[in-house]
Amino acid sequence: MEYIEVPILSECFAKGKKPEYLFWVGCLGSIDDRAKKISRAFCQILSACEVDYAILGKEETCCGDPVRRAGNEMLYQMQALTIIEMLKMYEVKKIVTFCPHCFNTFKNEYPDLDAEFEVIHSTIFLENLVEQGKLKINPDIFNKNIITYHDACYLGRANNIYDTPRNLIDKLTGNRTEMNRCRSYALCCGAGGAQMFKEAEKGNKEIFIERIEEVLEIKADIIATACPYCMVMLSDGIKYKNEEEKISNYDIIELIAKSLL
Amino acid sequence: MIKQIIFIITLLLTLGIFSYTIFNLIALFKLTKTFPIRNFGKRFLIMLKVALGQSKIFRKPVLGLMHALVFWGFCVISVGSIEMVIDGVSGSEKSLSFLGIIYKIILFSGDVFAAIVLVMITLFIGRRVFLKIKRFNGIEMTHKTHLDAYIALTMILLLMLSLLGMNTFYISSNNNIAEIKGFYPISNFLTTIIGNGEEDANLYQFFWWIHILLIFIFANILPYSKHFHVFLSVPNVFLSRLEPLGKLYNMDNVTKEVKIMMNPETAYAAGDPNAVPERFGVKDAEDVSWKNYFDALTCTQCGRCTSVCPANITGKKLSPRKLMMDLRARMREKGPELIKNGKSYADNKSLNKEYFSYEEIWACTTCNACAQECPVNINHPSLIVDMRRYLVMEEGEAPSGIKAAFSNVENNGAPWQFSSEDRLLWTKEISQ
Repeated sequence: MEYIEVPILSECFAKGKKPEYLFWVGCLGSIDDRAKKISRAFCQILSACEVDYAILGKEETCCGDPVRRAGNEMLYQMQALTIIEMLKMYEVKKIVTFCPHCFNTFKNEYPDLDAEFEVIHSTIFLENLVEQGKLKINPDIFNKNIITYHDACYLGRANNIYDTPRNLIDKLTGNRTEMNRCRSYALCCGAGGAQMFKEAEKGNKEIFIERIEEVLEIKADIIATACPYCMVMLSDGIKYKNEEEKISNYDIIELIAKSLL
Repeated sequence: MIKQIIFIITLLLTLGIFSYTIFNLIALFKLTKTFPIRNFGKRFLIMLKVALGQSKIFRKPVLGLMHALVFWGFCVISVGSIEMVIDGVSGSEKSLSFLGIIYKIILFSGDVFAAIVLVMITLFIGRRVFLKIKRFNGIEMTHKTHLDAYIALTMILLLMLSLLGMNTFYISSNNNIAEIKGFYPISNFLTTIIGNGEEDANLYQFFWWIHILLIFIFANILPYSKHFHVFLSVPNVFLSRLEPLGKLYNMDNVTKEVKIMMNPETAYAAGDPNAVPERFGVKDAEDVSWKNYFDALTCTQCGRCTSVCPANITGKKLSPRKLMMDLRARMREKGPELIKNGKSYADNKSLNKEYFSYEEIWACTTCNACAQECPVNINHPSLIVDMRRYLVMEEGEAPSGIKAAFSNVENNGAPWQFSSEDRLLWTKEISQ
């Protein structure tokens, strides 16, 4: 296995280089075994497209989304103000991230604390790369697969990004299919609002089971996601239902990394 | 002349009761927190699209159309109602007929819409009685809330019947067709069945009075009913939040404290040391913003929010509709006492315990499906987060898993227990 360097912002800065983009990996992308694969795939695409980027590495910390939604505004603002100070010190102008929660917090909430960054979600970033001709996708890898897309709440309803992920999937296969509840009607995976960190309240079903049952009703063999939280929940759901043979869950980034020309 | 005097007395009585209601409501609004409203141009466009265009109600296409027809009908018919008030006060008849062709179009469509609304309301009543609609049920839906719905639907039904009766006998009591002002296709047809008796002129007066009295009664019932939305939904849409649904409002009082913590030298410059610190978040009805309370009064309990809530769908207690109903009920209970006894009044109850409990507060995934679905742009998740803010920052209360996530973020910068030293491990495994 050949190793490639992932540029670290502090090291670039010490050498007097200022990368154009900060790739904000996010907590799940840094530490969750499944989501780490998305981070790797994204770096693979970034190098293939010769994007000038760096990551914060050990200096990265939680953006504050889960603690804020759990009501801890104090801790959120401490995280946010620390991060904003650090990013200003590194003169970061553009941030790209594949976590819709980090994306939403940076884009919509940090400006209240005097942050001025351009924030781009990975799906938009990849679509731009395709449009610029830098990212070339092999249409033959997944063209036999039936792919459905699970809308992440923090991309869709929260930020009105519905078409971009679908456009990317359409470059991979002609067989994109939709679940009954999709786009602004999409059902949450159950992880947002800090639910990921607690036991669910008393009910008759887990939310991710409700969603995975809906996925299994349609004839898709790949469920594409664009959020590491959704990925944790849906992958769990597939395992829970013992349907790993029938359907797999990938981030759109991973699908594209496998289809690089 | 006698008719005129009776009418004016009735009108003054109606306006008097209505003003009393509004006066009381304003007193309740004064208990709530401020909430800035800017950008009126954009709001106007949203109002055109979502309120007048009914864009969100069309998310359920068939029912959406049925509701839209009722709404548009109301808009047209209310012009006729205004004319009736002018006629009643001035003792004239059809006082707006000088508007010419516009007048004819309005009365024409008012007559047609009266029949359409009549059919729609009959269908709505039938649907409530005979079909078991899931979203009309739930722990918050009681006998009283159902009764409230039936009262409003019956009132509207009677309003439309009296309007058609009034139009029909107006036509049939006029011997000279040339004297008839306006054009009424449905009522014209009805005259072929029921009109042409000697009592027609009296029947016209009868239905005229029934119709206007129903309007006056309806207007004074509405503020105490879930159907207050007849008045409030258009303004509520005008006042809707303009930011993306994903955004939470910043707590500036927290920013102040955090900045002092991060940079202690600024502490001395930080304003009045004697200022009473404001409560963080929402514990009870008086902690909400006036916009939250406006939402609660506007909610007509349609339950579209609850029907898409992932927590509710999977059998949890959380129902976004219940939050709006609880806030309204709690304000009705505590508000007048706060006005009477002052801000320190307490009754050992609170919105976040006896009404919208911890179990409900913590079940929300902030997915915003409820806010997306609400036809009048109510925002439930931001209020739920405000309730969490109170629990966490004022009482240190949170589910154990969330408390652990807090301490992990504080100690190692991630909601999981994972050293920041290990944040780069994934880069060692990249291959190309």
